[in-house]
Amino acid sequence: MKLDLILRVGAKLMLPFILIFAPYVHFHGDYGPGGGFQAGVIIAAAFILYAIIFGLDAARHIAPQGLVERLVPLGVLIYAAAGLPAMLTGQGRYLDYGIFGHDFLHAHEWGILIVETGVITTVASTMLAIFYAFADRGRQ
Amino acid sequence: MVSFIQGVLLTLLAAVTIAIVRQRNLFGVVILAGIYSFLMASVMIVLDAVDVAMTEASVGAGISTVVLLAALYLTGSREYPSAHTAAVPLFVSAVTAVALIWGTNELPRFGLADAPIHRHVAPSYLEASAKHEMPPNVVTAVLADFRGYDTLGETTVIFTGGVGVMLLLRGRRKRLKSGKEGKEGRA
Repeated sequence: MKLDLILRVGAKLMLPFILIFAPYVHFHGDYGPGGGFQAGVIIAAAFILYAIIFGLDAARHIAPQGLVERLVPLGVLIYAAAGLPAMLTGQGRYLDYGIFGHDFLHAHEWGILIVETGVITTVASTMLAIFYAFADRGRQ
Repeated sequence: MVSFIQGVLLTLLAAVTIAIVRQRNLFGVVILAGIYSFLMASVMIVLDAVDVAMTEASVGAGISTVVLLAALYLTGSREYPSAHTAAVPLFVSAVTAVALIWGTNELPRFGLADAPIHRHVAPSYLEASAKHEMPPNVVTAVLADFRGYDTLGETTVIFTGGVGVMLLLRGRRKRLKSGKEGKEGRA
């Protein structure tokens, strides 16, 4: 497949749009459909497309397997840690967002953004790690 | 018009399901499952559930198809006919189907505004969202704010699933290798 010109050029044309669409879905989740979960899947899809067209080693060069597998728990930790400031300072209960800003709207938008960053990290890295795990097995 | 589109989509869903059951080539089954997910996403769009439609299209039709194709690469793509008769599975399926259809009698009519699901916590979410002038997509506010604990649980589920797959597919190879080395060491 590495020699297939049409697939290579087609993928190269599509990849930048996919990679821009993912943060759009992530940051625009408050106003349109989507959010961290969908954006994470889209990012993973971009890397998987790259791996299918240009080979697993090329994809591993951009997104090293060790890094991807470390991001899986990091996302959950970001999410879980977002709840701690309110609890530790005694200004609210676990996962209360009031501490992140001065007025309600501002604070909650920041809270949602931090939490969604945790979601996007875990989802994107999990999907990619699963793909790596499958692709690895097929090579031996 | 909406019910006509729904009818067409649901008929196509039934046709794809029958095709999946009858298909013996697993490559075809995976592609048909992807088509099924896209049809399901279209049904969700008609129901105005765009967030769910997006998830269904990206996970169901996208990632699942890729992972299933990768699995086919490992296992081979031909389903062998079963050695057992289909009587018991058919009986179980028929009983389950009858139970499910019987259960729908107790459900409120489709689209009813004062169904229990719309009267439990949903009104308070909509009120809070409107009171604080939060952004228009209430789904995001519900998922990441009002029901933040649930979404933390869901993220943990994804994490657990990923770790499970990595342990199953990556850990075993290392164990096989070390097992061989161990035998050689003993010999």
